[in-house]
Order: sequence, then C-alpha cells, then structure tokens
Amino acid sequence: MIPAPFSYQRAWSVDEALDLAARYGEEARFLAGGHSLLPLMKLRLAVPEVLVDIGRVDELCYLHDRGSEIVIGALTSHHDLAHASMLDRELPLLAHAAGQVGDPQVRHRGTIGGSLAHGDPAADLPAVVMALDATLVARGPAGSREIGAGEFFRDLFETALEPGELLTEIRIRKPESAGWSFQKFTNRAIDWAIVGVAVQGGRVALVNMGTRPLRATGVERALAGGAGPRDAAAHAAEGTNAPDDLRGDRGYREHLAQVLVARALAEAGSRA
Amino acid sequence: MKVSVTVNGNAVAAEVADRTLLVHFLRDVAGLTATNVGCDTSSCGACTVLLDGQSVKSCTVLAAQADGRSVMTVEGLSSDSADGMHPMQRAFRAEHALQCGFCTPGMVMAAVSLLAENPDPTEEQVRSGLEGNLCRCTGYHNIVRAILAAARGGAE
Amino acid sequence: MSILGTRVVRTEDPRLLTVGGTYVDDLRVPELAGAARVTFVRSPMAHALITGVDVSAALDAPGVVAVFTAQDLDDLPPPPPADEGGGGGEGAPVPLGGPFTEPLLAGERVRYVGEPVAIVLTDDSYQGEDAADLVSVDYAPLPAVVGVSAALESGTLLFPAAGSNVAVTAGQPADEAAFDNCAVVVRRTIENQRLAPVPLEGRAAAARWADGRLTFWVSTQNAQLSRFILAGQLGLDPAVIRVITPDVGGGFGAKIGVDRDAVAVAWAARRAGRPLRWTETRSENLVGMTHGRAQRQAITIGGTADGRILAYRLDIVQDTGAYPRLSGFLPGLTSLMAAGPYDIPATATAFRVVVTNTTPISAYRGAGRPEATAAIERAVDLFAAEIGMDPAQVRRVNLIAPGAFPFTTASGAVYDTGDYAAALEAVLAAAGYAELRAEQAARRARGDVLQLGLGLASYVEITAADAAAGETARLVVHGDGTATVYTGSSAHGQGHHTAWAMLVEAELGIPMARVTVVHGDTDVIPQGVGTYASRSLQLGGVAVHQAALEVKEQARRVAADLIEVSEADLELDTERGTWQVRGDPASGHSWADVAAHAGPEGLVAAVEYTGGRPTFPFGTHLAVTEVDTETGKARLIREVTVDDAGTLVNPVLAEGQRHGGIAQGVAQALLEEMIYDAEGNPLTGTLADYAIITAAELPSFELLPSETPTDANPLGAKGIGEAGTIGAAPATQNAVIDAVSYLGVRHIDMPATPARVWAAITQARESQ
Repeated sequence: MIPAPFSYQRAWSVDEALDLAARYGEEARFLAGGHSLLPLMKLRLAVPEVLVDIGRVDELCYLHDRGSEIVIGALTSHHDLAHASMLDRELPLLAHAAGQVGDPQVRHRGTIGGSLAHGDPAADLPAVVMALDATLVARGPAGSREIGAGEFFRDLFETALEPGELLTEIRIRKPESAGWSFQKFTNRAIDWAIVGVAVQGGRVALVNMGTRPLRATGVERALAGGAGPRDAAAHAAEGTNAPDDLRGDRGYREHLAQVLVARALAEAGSRA
Repeated sequence: MKVSVTVNGNAVAAEVADRTLLVHFLRDVAGLTATNVGCDTSSCGACTVLLDGQSVKSCTVLAAQADGRSVMTVEGLSSDSADGMHPMQRAFRAEHALQCGFCTPGMVMAAVSLLAENPDPTEEQVRSGLEGNLCRCTGYHNIVRAILAAARGGAE
Repeated sequence: MSILGTRVVRTEDPRLLTVGGTYVDDLRVPELAGAARVTFVRSPMAHALITGVDVSAALDAPGVVAVFTAQDLDDLPPPPPADEGGGGGEGAPVPLGGPFTEPLLAGERVRYVGEPVAIVLTDDSYQGEDAADLVSVDYAPLPAVVGVSAALESGTLLFPAAGSNVAVTAGQPADEAAFDNCAVVVRRTIENQRLAPVPLEGRAAAARWADGRLTFWVSTQNAQLSRFILAGQLGLDPAVIRVITPDVGGGFGAKIGVDRDAVAVAWAARRAGRPLRWTETRSENLVGMTHGRAQRQAITIGGTADGRILAYRLDIVQDTGAYPRLSGFLPGLTSLMAAGPYDIPATATAFRVVVTNTTPISAYRGAGRPEATAAIERAVDLFAAEIGMDPAQVRRVNLIAPGAFPFTTASGAVYDTGDYAAALEAVLAAAGYAELRAEQAARRARGDVLQLGLGLASYVEITAADAAAGETARLVVHGDGTATVYTGSSAHGQGHHTAWAMLVEAELGIPMARVTVVHGDTDVIPQGVGTYASRSLQLGGVAVHQAALEVKEQARRVAADLIEVSEADLELDTERGTWQVRGDPASGHSWADVAAHAGPEGLVAAVEYTGGRPTFPFGTHLAVTEVDTETGKARLIREVTVDDAGTLVNPVLAEGQRHGGIAQGVAQALLEEMIYDAEGNPLTGTLADYAIITAAELPSFELLPSETPTDANPLGAKGIGEAGTIGAAPATQNAVIDAVSYLGVRHIDMPATPARVWAAITQARESQ
C-alpha cells in the first residue's frame, strides 16, 4: 500500500531533470503523472531509491500545429489531449484514444510521455502512436535524438530509452488518409484493453497482442493489395504473441483481433 | 521534506517522509478525515479530491507533488448557505445517493469535477464519468440522479 | 397523516456529506492517543507447515514496538470442546471447531494465502509495512487442495485429525424414484462462484486496555456479538469489554461479529500494554475478509411436457475455504429455500461442506438464499428450454397460488404472505415482454450481431431467519421533549436512524429532528443482536415501535396526573405532539412537560421484542441484455423488478437497498469471481483484477411498487436488504443465455464474461 522509502528530487527544467538523472544513475526513475509508476511502487513491484519529479517541467507541456505535423510535449496530460479541439480536428485518433485511458482522475494526471515511456503493451497510446507512425524525441546527456515509434517499443515495459534519457516530444505527421478508428475491447469500461486496435489510413496497430504494441503487417499488406475490411482482418493475428490470462486465452484474443480489426477498418473507411 | 499545500483555502505545511501519499497528508497532517482510502491499486476513487481544480486520486499523488499547489476536499465544499451545503451535497442528500458514506466524499468531488468540465451531461456521460469511483451500497442509480439533478439546478 | 410510508430523506446525510463519517481509521479520540499501528504478516502459501519464524530483523526496524507470533499466545483459554456432530451445531452459523478449530495466529500450519502468521506493532503505519517485510517465515509446502473436486478426491487433508476434507454432511439421500413420473428430466451441474464482499471500508479495529477493561472500536455489524466473541476467545468476563461501533463503511454480512484478526489486535493491545489501531489494506481484504457463495450445484428437475414441474433435487457441495466458520449454515439455508416460489412437492436436497486451501467462506448479501434462487431459476429455464415453452409461462404454471398462504414447503419453510403471480405479471407488463420477444425474434431473423436476451427470476427469500433471537430497543423521552432511541440494530448504511426516528414521530408526534438514535456501544446498549439477515426493521424497528407504545402508556398516566384528569379523558395529538384533554387543544401539554413531570429520568421504556418470526419477501426480476455475438460481450440494458418486502416505512430507503442489491447481483452474473490457481494462489487479489461493477456497466433500474404485508409483526414489514441481489443475479444470467440460446447454448456459468460467452457460442456451433 505504501512505497518503500525513497528520496524525492524535483526538477523544474529538462536540463535539471537530466542532471539529476545523471547524478543518481540506475537508482533513479522519472516521475511524471505517476499513474503508471506509483501504483507499481505502492505494491512494491518497483523500488527506485530516487524519484526525479518532472511534473513541474512546464516547458514539456505543449501542443502545436506546425503545418505538416503536430508536436506534443511529453508532459501533456491525457485530459488535455482529449479536450484539444485542434487535436480532435487534426489527429482525432489520438484525441479519442487519450479520452479512453483509465478514468477522468487518471486522465487529469497521466501524461502521453509517461504512458509511452512505461512501455506497457496493454496501454492504449503506444499502439496509437504506432498507427500514427509518430517520431519520439528523447533527450539525454549526449543530446537529442529521434526514434521512430516502430523502434521505440522493444519488449514488455522496455523501450528504446537509454538510462538517463527523457522522452521530451512526440511528433506526428498529419495523416494523408482521414480514415481512423480506435476499438478498445474491455470487460468493464475502466479495464485495460483485452485487445485493442488503432487504425489510421492503411496503418493498423494492436493493443495487448504481444509483449509490445504491434503493427498488424499482414492486415496492412492485404489492404495495400486491395482487400476489403473482412478479408484483410483475417490476417489480424499473424505475427502476434497474445497473452493467456484471466480475461481470455490466446485463441480468444486472436479471434477478437480479427473482429476488432474488421470493425476498425469499416469505421475508418466510413470516415476516409 | 517540507511540504506546503493550500487545503480548502488554508495553508498546511509539515515536514513529512518523501513517500507520504497526498491522501495521508490530508488525513493525518491536515486532519481532514473525510477523504478515505478504499484500495491500493488506484481503482476505487474513494480518495478523490480536487488538485488545482481537477479531480485526482489522492492515493496516487505524492504529497510532494502537491507541494505549492491547492487541494479541495469535500470538507471544503461547504458554503455559507442556510444548510451549509454545496448544491452537489444537497443533491446527493435529496436523491439518497449515499448509504454507508465511505465512497461519498470521493464521489462528490468526482461529481463536482465532472460537472465543471461538462455542465450538461447525458446519463451515459455521467456514468462513464464515474468509472473511477466505486460504490458497493447504492448501485449508482441515485448517484446518477443526484448529479443530473445538480446539473439541472445549475450547480457549480 | 402518518409519516410512515412517506419519502423522507436521511438524517444521517448532512454529516456524512459535509465532514464525512467517522470510521475506525478516522477516530481521533484521546483514548487512542499514542496508539501503535498493527500490520499483519500473512502467509503467501496456500498450504504449508511453518518450520521457523525469525523476527529478529523486524525487531530492529525503525519504529517497531513489538512482533508477536503464535508462540506468544500463551494466555488464551483452550478452544471449546468439539461439537458431537450431527446435531444443531452443524447447522448453526458458528464455527465447527473441534478438529477444524481455527487459531488466532497460525502456529504449525497455514491453510490459506492471507492467513495471519505474525503481528507487527510500529509507531506509524508506513513503518509497519517495512517491518512486516522483514519478518522471515520458513514454510515447508504441502499440496494445495483447491476447488471442491480436489477437496473430495485429494489424498491431502487440511485437518488430518478430522480424517476427511468433508466437514459436514446433511440432507436426504438420492431417490431416483421421485423422477419416475416425469416425462421430461433435465440434469445439470452448475457453479455458484466464489465472490468477495468488498465493502468500501475493509476491516478495521482499535483497542485500548485501561484499568483492567478493554475498549474495542471495530467496524462490525454486531457490537454485542463482538463482545461475546472477544470474551470467549480471550477468556474474559464480557463485563470488562466495551465494544464501540463507529460509522461502518459497508458490511454485506462479512462484518458479522469480529474475526480472528480483530481478536488478535485486542490480545496484542493487552500484551503490548499500548493502545493499537489496525486498518487493513484492500489487498489484505481480498484474501483476509471472508468470501461468499462458492457452491457446486447438481440440479435435477423433472415434470410434464406441458410445463408442470413435479420433482426437483439439489445436491450441493459447499466450499467453505480453509476453516468451516459457519459449519453447515449456508447450504442449510439454500436447502430450506430450494424450491423457491414454486409448488414442487417432491423437492429434496443434500449437501456436503468441504474445506479447501482458500479464504474461509461466510455470509455475503443473501447468505445461502441467492444460491437457492440461482439454482432453481436456472433449473426452470433449462426445463423450459427442454420442453420448448416460454420461461414466463413455465413460471406461471408453477408459482404458488395467491390463496395458498401460509404455505409450507417440502423443506419445512412456512411462507407467510405473497402474491407471486402478480409480481411476475407486473414485471412482464412493465417491461413490455411481448414487444421484447418480438424484437428478439426480429433480430434473430435478420442475423444481427447484437442479439437481445430476456431473463427472468422469480424468487422468495427468508428474512429474520433468527427472529427468535429478537431485538432490543430502549426509548427515553427527556425533560426537554427530545427523545433518544437506543437500538440493538446496527446500521452500516441502511438508514436506521432515519427510519427509527420516523417510527417515534409516527407513534408519539415527537418530530424526527428531536429524535436521536444511538447504536453499537455495549456500555450503553448491553443487549442486542445487530444487523444481518435483513432483520432490522421487522425486529429492531418493531422493538422501537413497541417501546414507543409503552412510552405512550406511561405518558398517559403521567399526563393524567399532570393535567389532573382521568386517563380516559386524555388524547395524544400526534400532529402537534401534545397531550390534551380530549377535544380541548388549549389544555395541551408538551412532551417536555410530561417527561419532566415523570421525574429526572424522563419517560423510559425498554423492550426486547421476541414476538417476530421469519418472513418471506418475494418478487420477480426481468433482465434485458444485449450480447455481441462476435465478441461474447454482454451488456445489461434494463432491469425491471418487483421486490415485495411488505409494508414500507420509508420507500426511499427501500429503493436504495434494492438498487444496491441489484448491482451486486448483476456483478455476480457478469463480472465478479475470486479465482485461485491450482496452488491456491489468488489470481484476483486486487481491485485491478477483481471486477467490481461500476456505474458505466449498469443502467438505471426500473423498480415497481408492491407491498404485501406480513402478519408476522405489527408493522407488516419484511426485510428488503438482500432481495435485490437474490433476484438480479439469476435474471441477468438467464438473460445472457437467452440471448444466444438460438445458437444452441443452454447454459453459461456465472460470471458470463465475454470469453465465457464466446466459448459457449463456439461450442454450441461446433456441436451442430
């Protein structure tokens, strides 16, 4: 119920955050909204010795339309993404998905950067940024670098971020195709997706069908070859590694993936 | 570390362990025990308060994260009106939207935040707006009625 | 115009809404100043021998006051002698004891994950978690016995001295002949799954010893029973114990009395010589508080091809978890209510209670009766499907007729009053049953993905099953005209303070605002039974009513003396709350005047009401579900109910009880299950995994009014607290199955999760 003891450090800027991370090394973790990390710490599944609170790094809270792309500061909250009319216009997939994360209280605190850096394949936004083919910007002691969404998510709770690196920005090129859909299948509205599907144009990404978010490449190839939603969706489970757990076994998840991909493609088609 | 939070308009400051959760700061340091702890996985929402006007689960916020900020709990909702109650509290009573009362402070604060962001919600929007608040006693039926009544009455 | 039966908002609410209730963890009383905090060390193993405990590292941790293990419990009385067995002890809601005796702290063996092994006392609660992690316990694992099949078949015994994992056996032997005259017989084994009660406030207690007396604050439904249990377990005279019940954040049957953890806190406070506070976490609650339900049910139902049910048999294996805390009580009640609202002369039941390496089972909203209704209502629908008749029609044909009351069932229950057919018809009419069936048919014809399901449950249940134990009330009218009610009932959300004040106002004309209700303090209310079994209004409320009548008669004598007229010339004007000469308002004297005239104590009446008997609320639920046949996901879109609990004192409170009950019933049908793996590890041990229902999964409910008074008590009241749960679970389950019955599905066990529904659809398609 209570985290193990740790030392709290506060950063007011990205530079300060990086300095603190460098100083404390492996013992330190960044704390943004805290709604991925603190629950783990309260169950003592994560026991960092130092927390670097970046929640006051206001320079990372922004949402700009740069003409051909949208840039989002990593500390922008899910709530702000869900309520931004510009985002609803330009990237409705992201705006809509952000509005489905957790519950209202979680959305007030949780951030897009925090969610992506956590690397949970059952979370909604990792698959969404893959469907949007986003570019993630990370800053570390050696400077800034760009990482494509497809390379960012490595494995369960493992991303391409190096120790001491901070995710600072998410850049998304405005999509050519307006067709989008987000299908999040849960037992209860509050639950993590049993399976989820994010579609933007011809890109299809899957939530909770492996140890990281996955592009449904079989589906994408079929679509590119002219297949309709149902036929393309038959390929949904190819290349996936769905978990067996209380909410469903692999066979059920693979079936759900096909159903949800078909529905997502149909819905995206109606919006294109 | 030293943490200072403005709680219900009053400055509350204390030296606390770094790992102190905001909910315990409110209960044990500020002495405001209405806000309750109902779970340990950020699931139940009994600990919901407003942090700089937005509903948050105070069990999933460190007191340190609220340092220098302002928090409102259900004790801070009361007003100068004749019955001392905020329109949301009044609506909860009128509609029998509480039984044992344990989830109620968090539920009321979540409801206040819900209407602040969506002053005229549909029933469906109220229900999904309450996803983060569990109640075992009422079946939610009257809580939904109370919030819709408060919305009609123009509750802030 | 009496206030009884009118809609009155609660007097409890302003405080709860503005400053919050005072639950155990909120107590800031001087007696608990400097209290240390209790953290339990609990077994991570389902079944193991304890081969060593090392507390030395914990003792060195910051803030640690003491660490106690079973070794330290050397001043407890021996457990009571074993029940001879076969007698009332097996049917009473008390621990079986004997070879199945449960210790306070596990000493030689642990039998469930979560069983307490040690107590750590620290200055503050944060230190407690740290220190508890440092207590080192060595376990030698034993094979875990999980599930009723394992309990019956495994060679591993939880209690070797008992010689079996079967703790209780009862009922009628199998008799196939009962089904000889049945043209149609359906058999099925179904599961009524294990649930966790999850009151929003978990278990909590605080203890303080001073001058040889124990003051014990505890989140309980029964202060007096708690005192009795503490006295027995600790070897104390009850007179040295004071139990105080602060506000309680829900109980649902799982806070009846006090359990071993709470008793251990009381013991530790004495041994440590320091006041203690204990508030469990939710994770502890999900394995440490008792679970509910957990019956395997073999049902056999037989009848004619035109819908008449002739015979019904229910064989139960009750999983009672690691310790039989309620002996055979729960399946005993299931057996009593097995035939439900139907006239089935050839009804027979039998049950076995088995121990398993899981959390002990105890009462949970309905306590044995939801299990009975779930079984018979599934059986009726299976029978209906077999003969191809609409389930509503099968119910019509078999419901006990309105003129048949009082009705004695084959199991010996005497149903007091009821009109089961009216409840069924009212629900069908209000729901628009024919239109719904037409919509269902249209969707089937079109082959829609989203199919409609209609599910019925007609039920009768038993409330105040222990009416013979009665309830107490003491009513005092003070010299200032206010009144205080001291009730043996123990509200934890039910609104008794409002309802009891209404009863006083109705009888005496003292306004509710001038009536204070007190409960739950054994120094002030030494005798009382408390709140469970939906007994409070019909026993505790009636006791208040009787006390008011007695006060009225005392007042009449005193007023006659005060006004210097004969009693016959006096009347009480309940509108104005004044005693006056008949027809002469100007002669009126207030309650204050009369009470003051009675003497310094005012007017006092103390009642122990034992004149009640069990009553039988009844009703029908219709659930309408929509099932996505491609994913298996079921959504409840309507719940239409009659829940008839006789005369209502306050319809607002009754509706609230129905709503809450319905939500828990729907949750059982669609979402909740406490799941263990084969090693006895709980897989749903947090609220992230144990799927409590939220507002987003429920519609608003459609409650129909119905009041069929009982003749069992002067108020005509039955109990409403559990009825909603009893009706809603089977109705919702039946509705989900009905939605996919056209695909060949006959049954889906609760909870009907999407994965389960999908599996049922797939299996049905494959077998066609």
